[in-house]
Amino acid sequence: MARYGMVIDTTKCVGCMDCVVACQTENDVPVGYARDWITTTVRGEFPKLTMEIRTERCNHCENPPCVACCPTGASHVNDLGLVKVKANRCIGCKACISACPYGARYVHPKGYVDKCTFCDHRVRDGRSPACVSVCPTHCMHFGDLDDPNSTVATLLRTRKWHVLLPEAGTRPRVFYLT
Amino acid sequence: MEHLSRRKFLQISAATFGAGAVATQVAPLSSAAGAAGEVKAIPTFCEMCFWRCGGLAYVRDGRLWKFEGNPLDPQSRGRLCPRGTGAVGSHYDPDRLRQPLLRKGGRGKEQWAAVSWDEAFSFIAEKMKAVKSAHGAESIAMFNHGVGARFLLHVLRSYGAINYAGPSFAQCRGPRDVGFTLTMGTDLGSPEPTDIENTDCLVLIGSHLGENMHNLQVQEFANAVERRIPIIVVDPRYSVAASKAKHWLPIRPGTDLALLLAWMNVLVSEGLYDREFVAKYGLVFDKFAAEIRQYTPDWAAEQTGIDAPTIRATAREFAIRRPASLIHPGRRVNWNGDDAQRSRAIALLNALLGNWGRRGGIYINHHVELAAFPLPKYPKSDKPKADNPSLERYPFATESVTTGLRETTITGKPYPIKAWWVYSTDLIHALPNEAETLKAIDQLDLLVVVDTMPSEIAGYADVVLPEDMFLERYDELLAGWGRQGWVALRQPVVSAPADQKPAWWMAKQLAEKLGIPEAMPFKHIEEYLAYRCEKSNIDFAKLKAEGIVMGPKEPIYAEDGAAIEFGTPSGKVEFWSDQLKQAGFDPVPNFTPPEKPAEGYFPLITGRAPVHTFSRTQSNPLLASLMPENSVWVNGGTAARLGLKNGQVVKLKNQDGVVGQPVKVKVTQRIRPDTVYMVYGFGHTNKMRKHAFMKGASVAQLTTRYKTDPLMGGTSLHSNFVTFVKEG
Amino acid sequence: MLEVTTTRHNPGIDPSLHVWGWEIPLYLFVGGMVAGMMIFAGWAMLRTARGDDTKTFFSVQTPLLGFMLLNLGMLALLLDLAHPLYVWAVYITFQPASPMSWGSWVLLAVYGILLVSALVRLPESWPWLGERVPVLAKASQYFTGSPARMRWLGYINIGFGIAVGIYTGILLNTMVARPLWNTSVLPLLFLVSGLSAAAAAMHLASRVFPGRPAPLSLVGGAFAAMTQPIGPQPPEKSTVNALIRADVALLAVELVLIALLLMSLATSTLSQIEAARLLLSGKFGLVFWVGVVAVGILLPIVLQALELSHRIPHTVIPAVLVLVGGFALRWVLVNAGQASEIVSTAARL
Repeated sequence: MARYGMVIDTTKCVGCMDCVVACQTENDVPVGYARDWITTTVRGEFPKLTMEIRTERCNHCENPPCVACCPTGASHVNDLGLVKVKANRCIGCKACISACPYGARYVHPKGYVDKCTFCDHRVRDGRSPACVSVCPTHCMHFGDLDDPNSTVATLLRTRKWHVLLPEAGTRPRVFYLT
Repeated sequence: MEHLSRRKFLQISAATFGAGAVATQVAPLSSAAGAAGEVKAIPTFCEMCFWRCGGLAYVRDGRLWKFEGNPLDPQSRGRLCPRGTGAVGSHYDPDRLRQPLLRKGGRGKEQWAAVSWDEAFSFIAEKMKAVKSAHGAESIAMFNHGVGARFLLHVLRSYGAINYAGPSFAQCRGPRDVGFTLTMGTDLGSPEPTDIENTDCLVLIGSHLGENMHNLQVQEFANAVERRIPIIVVDPRYSVAASKAKHWLPIRPGTDLALLLAWMNVLVSEGLYDREFVAKYGLVFDKFAAEIRQYTPDWAAEQTGIDAPTIRATAREFAIRRPASLIHPGRRVNWNGDDAQRSRAIALLNALLGNWGRRGGIYINHHVELAAFPLPKYPKSDKPKADNPSLERYPFATESVTTGLRETTITGKPYPIKAWWVYSTDLIHALPNEAETLKAIDQLDLLVVVDTMPSEIAGYADVVLPEDMFLERYDELLAGWGRQGWVALRQPVVSAPADQKPAWWMAKQLAEKLGIPEAMPFKHIEEYLAYRCEKSNIDFAKLKAEGIVMGPKEPIYAEDGAAIEFGTPSGKVEFWSDQLKQAGFDPVPNFTPPEKPAEGYFPLITGRAPVHTFSRTQSNPLLASLMPENSVWVNGGTAARLGLKNGQVVKLKNQDGVVGQPVKVKVTQRIRPDTVYMVYGFGHTNKMRKHAFMKGASVAQLTTRYKTDPLMGGTSLHSNFVTFVKEG
Repeated sequence: MLEVTTTRHNPGIDPSLHVWGWEIPLYLFVGGMVAGMMIFAGWAMLRTARGDDTKTFFSVQTPLLGFMLLNLGMLALLLDLAHPLYVWAVYITFQPASPMSWGSWVLLAVYGILLVSALVRLPESWPWLGERVPVLAKASQYFTGSPARMRWLGYINIGFGIAVGIYTGILLNTMVARPLWNTSVLPLLFLVSGLSAAAAAMHLASRVFPGRPAPLSLVGGAFAAMTQPIGPQPPEKSTVNALIRADVALLAVELVLIALLLMSLATSTLSQIEAARLLLSGKFGLVFWVGVVAVGILLPIVLQALELSHRIPHTVIPAVLVLVGGFALRWVLVNAGQASEIVSTAARL
């Protein structure tokens, strides 16, 4: 089975939020909510500055704390290895929201918990997630981490990268190239 | 698994939407049915900005779902910018104009009566006929910005109007066009033929690629970052582009010309310029070189705050990589009032690099010449154009000057302007000094505003005509300029939600009412489009199905045979401009230091955000939720000194005592201590713009002072100084 | 200098997490009290099985009071749910990794245990009902007549009481994303705090209308069944003093556990240090120092010690303060905990 992951080149990301809008239209995300977002970190003092721009979303962790804590199994890992929420099993207890170190989840206005799905409906169709497909700087890559010839695997072999909050022990599958 | 980028066309429908399309209910976003509906993909091209990328609009169960790039489009290459991706929001924008409105009560009181299209056009025609009979059709003017203006302008010209202007000249790229025309004999067009994809060194003078979303250029810029070529960014602000640059020069605002002159000085004095190019194509280089001698890096360091060694190092950086070295000409270059000369300096610098028609420089672009539809000729007029009569006001202007037209409207000299058609441009935001625009409006017998959104100027109109947005209509064909020309079609994807109509239809009604129906001899625009395609050997059905037809491949580099021609009077690159000298201007650009602000005041500079277009998109639900307001950027040290905290609400007061709207402070290290910055286009005051009303603050409102470029009439946007008024 | 900006502004998530409001602290407080009550009731049942104190308040009224309080707690939980129509989904599965799943099933069992425990003495505590439903007397006799069964009922009450008392602490404890909760002191703290709140609640209840004859009617009788000791007399002094002593001891242990919690946070990673700072100063500092420590623990200890040494008259004030402090503890932990987050040391450098 493929082990899907995302590799994002922060040197190219300009923080334009195209990925955010694309996700919203593709997935009918309620206006005012976002499944992905841009974080910028500026270090230094004028004029000696550096800035890292990252597009972030659910990391579809390999050790997902949001799945462990769910009392109904609504939050689960599906057949593609992606972390998903079954809306008709979610009671809206929000334990998973407290459990996520990345703040990736939110309560949908309809009451169930919602988040990025890596566009698994597109992945099943052989396409990449909406955010990856739209990115005008081509800084986002998606694919099988276990396939040594995939772009994602190759980038992780050849470039410096980091993940978010590795100390949380979640083993995220979104990697940032620097 | 990788390279999942080819979009699968699920079902391309060449549905035709006639003029009698039934209006569909517009539901709010995100209440759409699940993803399992019937999906159709219809190609069209975007109008969220003027780049007009080709895209595919997806309709699911009859409702607009999403808008993605058309992989066939050479400009988007299948990827739209955030505004394009958010175009769906413009269809669902709750503040859209819905039906024709007639003013009741005084201008600007925003009291409206909803009327039928017939009533609206009857009113307009009556007024126009009155103006024509009293003053002549030349007294009817049009301001426009958008593809849709094509037929409205055509009807007005058929009626005898000769005055029309777009703010994109005097308030945006005009100075650059003129600077390059004076030097190389050509404006750069849209988009600029910048070969960023292949350049070995990119220099951005103030350009904030990445925050401005000039599609393809942003894609190529990211590619340049990946290729690790040296990028040099000159900007008082640490823009996104600056954060990816090898050298960021945090220049004192208004002093860029000094830097450019010093760079030219280095290239000439160190012999780093392209001698071959200069010898072959240059005119009067020696006089130029002599003039440049005084602009040493040390002199420039004084003026710009950039130290001399950096000036030399950066000059060498781009010089040694010539001709694959590019000084980006910029786009919205109307900063200080001497911008045509500054743009000429950029043109000269590029010329010294010999990059004209060279790989990695400025390529020779192409477009498809389409056959014209036979339309009646326009009546001749013996009156001069009112904006710049006989080119006396602005001798080197290559297009009409909006602010010149405004001035004539105010003064009535050389003749009165009594009617304005304003298509898709918010002149209150676009033109400097709002008070003058209002004064001009006072002189009018008729003000018609055509737009999709209730703009500020719509609030002052006599008649407001609601246009449908680009996903709901046909428009003129696009003949795109690029490395390879192409033709794109715009066609309706969904019906307009209320009584909005396409501009071509409005033009037809107008022609009827004005008694010149022969000006619009086709029944439906499809006839017009099909005719043009057929006569140009383009398969119209194929164009409808695929959206894009590419033109022939032609050489874009000199080494491949592209023609290197310069349309200057001499036919050469005019390093020394005799025509400028004759007209009493500096033949080689000359630097004037910017004014110093009063104590406690800061120069206000402005720019773009990637999710918004001018003042158009602030109520688009998708885009507004990403950036509902702007903020005023203040350097951390400066903020500490002034007692300003991040997120604090302040008002800005300019040197003329105008107090702006409340705006949040963004305390950041990303800007010079002596400068403040705000994104343009916020602070809406039209009451119909409920969802954007008073969100953020308007830069336009604070732009009461401006300098006019004596060469071509461009108006400066960075000539105002502001101080802080803390909210009680 | 570090500037971090995000474009995310999801309701309830940004600028800092706040998805649990007053409902969860209320449930935790009530749940903790019920747990404590079950432990006290179980202990009383064990004594009853041994032959002493057959009619103590603990084994008679407490289960019924606990039942009512649990209803209040469950209502709070239901109100907290964002998707309440699907609450049944909890009861068609068991998720062993989820403390909430464990808790949901435990609470179901606890309902049964409380009902049975209440039924055991119902004919005595609520005569009005006892007369009208004769089968209750039979059910009651089934237990009160058999020391073995009483003993089992006692062990079950104590066991499930402990389970209810600590599972919520475990639930919060497992959340690595919330450094304030990510400490193993929490389950024990919740249990001890629950016990002290239970002691205070029972003390308070035992003082309501003391000395009046217990009404026998439907409404009055139901209320009396929950709050009054049997018979027209006030509770025995020794019972009350025992409660007070127990409370003082529990409060002292609670104070030690809170100190341990703070120590462990202060000597852990930057995330925990920041979490401790959140609790001790700023927004939550006031509630913590005043509500939890001063009003909820120190003052009741002092007042009750003075009461025990007869320096001041006996009032219900200390009990009320303990209850206020108990709720304040839950409230400040739930809210400050949500606000705490993992601080990326990499991002800080």
